[in-house]
Amino acid sequence: MTPSPTEDTRGWASSCPPPGGGPAQSGERLLRPTADDHRIARHAAAAIVLTVAEAAVPLPLPGVKPGLANIITLVVLARWGWREAVWVALLRVLVGSLLLGQFLAPGFFLSLAGSLLSLVVLGGAAQLPGRWLGPVSHSILAAFAHIAGQLVVARLWLVPHDGVFYLVPVFALAATVFGLANGLIAARLLQEELQCSAPASAGEGQG
Amino acid sequence: MISGPALRSWLAAWAACLRGGDVLVLVAALGVCLASALSLWQGGRPDKAVIKAGGRTFAEVPLSAPAVIDVPGPLGATRIEIQPGRARVAADPGPRQYCVRQGWLNTAGAVAICAPNQVSLALSGRRADYDSLAY
Repeated sequence: MTPSPTEDTRGWASSCPPPGGGPAQSGERLLRPTADDHRIARHAAAAIVLTVAEAAVPLPLPGVKPGLANIITLVVLARWGWREAVWVALLRVLVGSLLLGQFLAPGFFLSLAGSLLSLVVLGGAAQLPGRWLGPVSHSILAAFAHIAGQLVVARLWLVPHDGVFYLVPVFALAATVFGLANGLIAARLLQEELQCSAPASAGEGQG
Repeated sequence: MISGPALRSWLAAWAACLRGGDVLVLVAALGVCLASALSLWQGGRPDKAVIKAGGRTFAEVPLSAPAVIDVPGPLGATRIEIQPGRARVAADPGPRQYCVRQGWLNTAGAVAICAPNQVSLALSGRRADYDSLAY
């Protein structure tokens, strides 16, 4: 929605001479995090906390998770735009898998595939008119993209048999329920951030 | 417990987060759930009954219309009754009546065998729930 204002000054690879006037010819590079980087890190940290907390909740079927961290992705998408949402979501997948000991395990690739596809869908959904489609729509669409990405990887690599599709209705129902819940929570957070006590008029005022 | 008005205002606060298109997306998502369940979870539905007598196939009957078939065997006639989606052995001259007491068969792969009269009734479908059955 709003392009991040300091996109080109993001300091991931910018080289700055050391302020003390040190040896410039040593080739040292000083990475200076910008305000954008701090904000991405804060949001990613919140998403990682939710991922780790969620891993402690027992669930009846492997592969069905609420995906609470996606609430953060949705809020970042609405407030700071798609590029920041991509950063937050992918950092969350990477660091979350490292913390849970899942890095490069099958679950990591399932999670990565689901996240990548849902980010693509979110990129498209963010272009749709926001007056009609809010965070709840984004959340449900992203949840379906997530299970689609996971199922494609599972079918091609982990379970090369059409039997995986037998579980599609279960995954679809989980995507609907958790997508709705996460989307509603994200919408409420966005409302409170904007300090609009009357949500109906706030929606019209922004449309 | 939450009282009525408090619950209603609580629900209204959440419903205010929904925009017009969100409801459509939600309905479409539920439709996908329903359609996928209906299309993927019907493998166990049988579509025809295979009747064998003396080791040879006596008849293959679609389970679409009601029918009553008498199958001759060494002890007499075994009466098989077909109804839409299910079939049973209605009467059999055998001494122990196991195949009759099995009742209606309604899943693909289910079998009723009247061994003394050498008659068997099996339902087959697009995909059976069982690879094989042993008694």
